[in-house]
Amino acid sequence: MSVDAATVRRIAHLARIAVSEDDVPHLQGELNAMLAFVEQLSEVDVAGVEPMTSVTPMQMKKRADLVNDGEIADDIVANAPATEGHFFLVPKVVE
Amino acid sequence: MTDLTSLTLAEARKGLAAKTFTSLELTDAHLSAIEAARALNAFILETPDQARAMAREADIKIGKGDGGPLAGIPLGIKDLFATRGVRTTACSKILGNFVPTYESTVTSQLWRDGAVMLGKLNNDEFAMGSSNETSCFGPVGNPWRREGSNTTLVPGGSSGGSASAVAALLCMGATATDTGGSIRQPAAFTATVGIKPTYGRCSRWGIVAFASSLDQAGPIARSVRDAAMLLRSMAGHDPKDTTSVDIAVPDYEAAIGKSVKGMRIGIPKEYRLDGMPAEIEKLWEAGAAWLRSAGAELVEVSLPHTKYALPAYYIVAPAEASSNLARYDGVRYGLREQGRNITELYENTRAEGFGAEVKRRVMIGTYVLSAGYYDAYYLRAQKVRTLIKKDFEDCFAKGVDAILTPATPSAAFGIGEKGGADPVEMYLNDIFTVTVNMAGLPGIAVPAGKDAQGLPLGLQLIGRPFDEETLFSLGEVIEQAAGRFTPERWW
Repeated sequence: MSVDAATVRRIAHLARIAVSEDDVPHLQGELNAMLAFVEQLSEVDVAGVEPMTSVTPMQMKKRADLVNDGEIADDIVANAPATEGHFFLVPKVVE
Repeated sequence: MTDLTSLTLAEARKGLAAKTFTSLELTDAHLSAIEAARALNAFILETPDQARAMAREADIKIGKGDGGPLAGIPLGIKDLFATRGVRTTACSKILGNFVPTYESTVTSQLWRDGAVMLGKLNNDEFAMGSSNETSCFGPVGNPWRREGSNTTLVPGGSSGGSASAVAALLCMGATATDTGGSIRQPAAFTATVGIKPTYGRCSRWGIVAFASSLDQAGPIARSVRDAAMLLRSMAGHDPKDTTSVDIAVPDYEAAIGKSVKGMRIGIPKEYRLDGMPAEIEKLWEAGAAWLRSAGAELVEVSLPHTKYALPAYYIVAPAEASSNLARYDGVRYGLREQGRNITELYENTRAEGFGAEVKRRVMIGTYVLSAGYYDAYYLRAQKVRTLIKKDFEDCFAKGVDAILTPATPSAAFGIGEKGGADPVEMYLNDIFTVTVNMAGLPGIAVPAGKDAQGLPLGLQLIGRPFDEETLFSLGEVIEQAAGRFTPERWW
């Protein structure tokens, strides 16, 4: 399979990466090189094979249902580019 | 006094205990070496004040006789590890001046055991690369050069800063991470020792995530013994990482010097690639001969799905990366580029903040997970991954204790030489190491010789899950036979 220019633009939008028209041709070439490389997987017989979900067999650990963290709002917003009090600031989302 | 930077970690520990020198002297010697080696671009942030404060504290503890196992040992930290109060960027513009308010579990365990932080080390952006050329701080120089040439070579990647700094004697050891070969390939390129432990051995908490089902932390060190000492402190169960395994961490150092007599070492025929340089083949044979003369039994084994590991990796890893990197949105931390609305803010921030390689991988990951393509790509790759793991399980079930392979298909190459037109050319660097991540196994790279141009080459040993000890025992046999390799100083 290979991607066309329209697909490159669609993927970029899904990935939330702005792409200029000048970038599309080389991105298309690079993505197609990667897709051509992974194409060889189609020759593997995977009938009846379970997809891997965990590389080491382990029971999913569960945490105790209790509050043992928090009250660190200052830490949470410390690195934000724009804040007001303990809120992150973003452009208007709801009209 | 001999130059303190030329000691191994084990030798430094002895000197500190015997009070031949102090941690402050040892730390200062390394800080001076770092200053004199800025041309290598291995350190992207030096923390001399913090280093000296930590060294003084270690000296007091050593004086009282209660220094930890790494008391007073100066280390470098890959910039993927969050360090409290010290800028952590994963070498990406998108993290900008991110200063964590917390410490990664792995580094906190090193400080618990008395180690000293010299600074943060360069790496490929978000650990995506095999040459350290994708870092937003620029490429790292390999302390090794071809004989009679002054071309600067890459140190490998993604832990290129870690490998270069250890090889150039700027730090006594370094933390690193390995998703597809990022500890072992740079170790091989710089004649250092690097071990990627079994998935789950080290906590991933506080390490910038790339591909969560493959990422593992491990050390890069000057000797096998040094790597064993560092891993013992880095490893261990952490309730904050659900994939960290709750089993005891052995005293890895005790495995050094243990007899390897009677061990069965597999030589996988699928690793003998067409067009593989003759010197790599020769090195592999030499490694087998060294292990045989130490009493091990060499057997040919088959890992039939080997050739599919790299293509499967280039579906699984980008898919996980596209999900992990969704958090860089210009809202909560790091870079923000303005937009007319929230979507444009995201798109402009990520276009400006991510480098070319990261964008490629996020996009391919987004594509293989998108509606209509998930089954054909992602699900199939995860099935192939099951088959790759089964290959190893079958091999170990036949009584094989470890597998010996070359670490890389070539020695280090020049900056800008690879991957310019076709990204796959660069990806092929990880052909021998990536299988180990796909199967979650431990793997160690040990320096084993040089090529015709005088560049270091390494061998890789792959072990059973959670049997890093066997790798240390076997690795030391190779180290003893091959000797140690130190680059000539030019920087």
